[in-house]
Amino acid sequence: MNWIAIYPEIFLLVMACVIMLADLFVKDADHRLAYGLTLFTMLALVLTSGAYYASGLDLFAMQRMVIVDPMAMLLKLFTTVATGMSLIYARRYALDRGMWGGELFSLSLFALLGQFIMISGNNLLIIYLGLELLSLSLYALVALRRDSALATEAAMKYFVLGALASGFLLYGMSMIYGATGSLDLAVVFKTIAVEPLSRAALVMGVVFIVSGLAFKLGAAPFHMWIPDVYQGAPTAVVLLVGAAPKLAAFAMTIRLLVEGLFPLAMDWQQMLVVLAVLSIVVGNFAAIAQTNLKRMLAYSTIAQIGFMLLGLLSGMINGNGISASVAYSAAMFYLVIYVLTTLGTFGVIMFMAHQGFEAEDIRDFAGLGKSHPWLAGIMTFLMFSLAGLPPFAGFYAKFEVLSVLLATGRVWLVVLAVVLSVVGAYYYLRMVKTMYFDQPTREHRVQASPAAWILMSLNGLAVLALGILPGGLMTLCYQAIANTLH
Amino acid sequence: MQSLPLLSLSIWTPIAFGILILLLGRDTNAPAMRWLALVGALVSLLVTVPLITGFDTTSASMQFVERAPWIEPFNIHYHLGIDGISLWFIPLTAFITFITVIAGWQIITERVGLYMASFLILSGLMIGVFCALDGILFYVFFEATLIPMYLIIGIWGGPRRVYAAFKFFLYTLLGSLLMLVALIYLYFQSGGSFNILDWYTVPLSSTAQILLFIAFFFAFAVKIPMWPVHTWLPDAHVEAPTGGSIVLAAIMLKLGGYGFVRFVLPIVPDASHELASVIIALSIIAVIYIGLVAMVQTDMKKLVAYSSIAHMGFVTLGFFLFSDLSVQGGLVQMISHGFVSGAMFMSIGVLYDRMHTRNIADYGGVTGKMPHFAAFAVLFAMANAGLPGTSGFVGEWMVILAAVKSNFWLGLLAASTLVLAAGYTLWMVKRVFFGPVANDHVAALKDIGAREFFVLGLLAAAVLWFGLYPKFFTDPMQASVTQLLQHVAASKLQ
Repeated sequence: MNWIAIYPEIFLLVMACVIMLADLFVKDADHRLAYGLTLFTMLALVLTSGAYYASGLDLFAMQRMVIVDPMAMLLKLFTTVATGMSLIYARRYALDRGMWGGELFSLSLFALLGQFIMISGNNLLIIYLGLELLSLSLYALVALRRDSALATEAAMKYFVLGALASGFLLYGMSMIYGATGSLDLAVVFKTIAVEPLSRAALVMGVVFIVSGLAFKLGAAPFHMWIPDVYQGAPTAVVLLVGAAPKLAAFAMTIRLLVEGLFPLAMDWQQMLVVLAVLSIVVGNFAAIAQTNLKRMLAYSTIAQIGFMLLGLLSGMINGNGISASVAYSAAMFYLVIYVLTTLGTFGVIMFMAHQGFEAEDIRDFAGLGKSHPWLAGIMTFLMFSLAGLPPFAGFYAKFEVLSVLLATGRVWLVVLAVVLSVVGAYYYLRMVKTMYFDQPTREHRVQASPAAWILMSLNGLAVLALGILPGGLMTLCYQAIANTLH
Repeated sequence: MQSLPLLSLSIWTPIAFGILILLLGRDTNAPAMRWLALVGALVSLLVTVPLITGFDTTSASMQFVERAPWIEPFNIHYHLGIDGISLWFIPLTAFITFITVIAGWQIITERVGLYMASFLILSGLMIGVFCALDGILFYVFFEATLIPMYLIIGIWGGPRRVYAAFKFFLYTLLGSLLMLVALIYLYFQSGGSFNILDWYTVPLSSTAQILLFIAFFFAFAVKIPMWPVHTWLPDAHVEAPTGGSIVLAAIMLKLGGYGFVRFVLPIVPDASHELASVIIALSIIAVIYIGLVAMVQTDMKKLVAYSSIAHMGFVTLGFFLFSDLSVQGGLVQMISHGFVSGAMFMSIGVLYDRMHTRNIADYGGVTGKMPHFAAFAVLFAMANAGLPGTSGFVGEWMVILAAVKSNFWLGLLAASTLVLAAGYTLWMVKRVFFGPVANDHVAALKDIGAREFFVLGLLAAAVLWFGLYPKFFTDPMQASVTQLLQHVAASKLQ
């Protein structure tokens, strides 16, 4: 047994329980103790993940059910940071709405634990269990504001559709298990690669798995839950749903499709093409029509995920997977940048909200450029980054994906993606226009803790800094993926 | 040869000043920001002077080269350098920025810091476009210029500024994204290099060349702009504040023209030859049809905007005639147009500040009330019409000569610009400046003050200098243009 591989998970589990109990028994103002413990846990996890990554640890544990490799450690580092940032941004917002407390912390930590397990799972069932732990925590988080009808509706919708997706995934996994006789991803890979098996069962299994993954990632046509959940859930929870779990879903996708089912890549790539094109089209066009900012960003998420899928489907050219690492690392880079940007955008929305007021309408941002130049500047950075304009990080994300896609020779897809980026640029620009060109419709009250302000400034500057010097993160993503795939 | 990274300094000095102003700018300290911007623009202009004095006019190769690894996974370099083709655009950009800072001195009273910062940052980015020798570096600068211009039009523009800002942004974005695809394609074709100079020697099949040509064409034709993708320009010009119009016409359009000579001609020479007739036809349409369109405009800014399109038609015409004389003529025309169009928009700005109308019909007899200003304005109008002795004449003359040499009828059509430009420009001058004083508003006009006199004087000096002694400007171009034409003449087909 390589216990070292799962020390972080064990620590996380213990701390989640400790924080829940501590918050029950220690009554202090603003739940400072529980909050402090949560941040301490995250910090410890960031440090261990970093140390594990630096040591180049690459091993199996628990009878090969869990794998610890560079990609896993890097993604765990990022998900922990993203969850921590979500909580720091959310502080004032959640305090004002009575959501700040043990439930929020322990559910976030359980969600994080689920993500860790998804990221490290090397076994179909383990991955599924991680996903369920994540999903159940998120359903509960969305419903955390019991008095809000919108949030309850969103939670219900999320739960029903999420359960359906999990069912899809599990059904697909059972088919793969039936065809190959194993739950271990490496064995599945070898069996498919070596032996002639019933293709029908395998391909059916792949279809269900891809559909399940598309649900979780939020790719069209399985995207229906995203706009409602993003709009209905409290903004603090949207961050917890929309940021870190995307990274875990990416890891799950890599584990299942690449490490397990790569021999069937020609099949699932075709499916991803359809998903990607639909997502980009639906996401971009639907986002134009939105007046609610959270809903607009939800559709933009769908479009961005579609773009990420374009990287993910470029891993194999004419049956050989030499450039696979480049393509998957492009997708990973894209997603990391996307998560960084999303943290910022929803963070800004929370900054703008105050007691009894949600800054959800795009018009609520009118004139922000004049009244709060720094916050508006950060939001502008984020919007231009999402639109994929240099010199912001989003440009290199798009650039990398476009270049791996062009290497596969799918020129029409490249041109389509590029043309739809222009459509996407329209609604991001509209946000900038609202902040700078329009007259304010109401007085802006920006509320955030000093820590949140510092973090937000760093977040905005990071989007610019990674746009000027993206090479380091690109290399990091590439090495993580390359070492994982060997 | 030199120890200072002069090109980097030219790019980053204005950007650094811009960021400083952005950080310091408040509603309360507008005067300080104006002075800081002026110092920034002046320093940025002075930094470009050693480029001219230290330039080796006999060499066709890249000079002042700086090269450092930038994004290693993609072999992207921070690679700068200039040759005779790009040399003049750098001081021109810095000069025009200096002019715009002074031009906006009193007119801009709202968010002064942001205004000045936008222009300084824009200036650095545009200089970056002219210096970049790495495809991605070029692209980053090329597209980043959209952001400050979008803000300039949208915040300080006229009544339909939002529409114009969006149209400007999305139009050019679509074009440039297609160019991005072309750049990535060239990266793969050249075996993993984003060095523009490497691309000059990459063999490309005929189909690939045609497709690349189309992609580049979209990017640069929209930018320059050519008929029929020019429709964003009149809107952008009319709505932009005076400074925005000056920079747009004087420099931003040149990014497109520069792209043609830096990318299209040498990288896809065979496609350029094959499709030259199309470009020449579009250019002639721009010269004649847009010239006629300009004739009937009632708004002064729109008239000058259309005249810009017509003049840019001359630039593309010159480039695609593929002779020493014509390509140089195109380049000369670009630089001259930088001065002349800047001066024209400046003059319209002077009138607009006083009358708050650009409608030609609202004017008449301005000369009597503003004699100093009228002298300048008439000089610039003559330059716009291509009068010998002004800068406007030199480029047009060179292109017309080259056109006649290649085909008499083509030359005749091209020469019609001399009539058309004289027609629309002088007719406007007649209606605005001469005749009886039109109304009480005109009667109340005050002549230009020292600040405006200084700006217009500088522009007038540039226009005359260029017109009387063009050799100073054309000499450094010679070697580079010759080398460019060698690239264009060599087939890349295999």
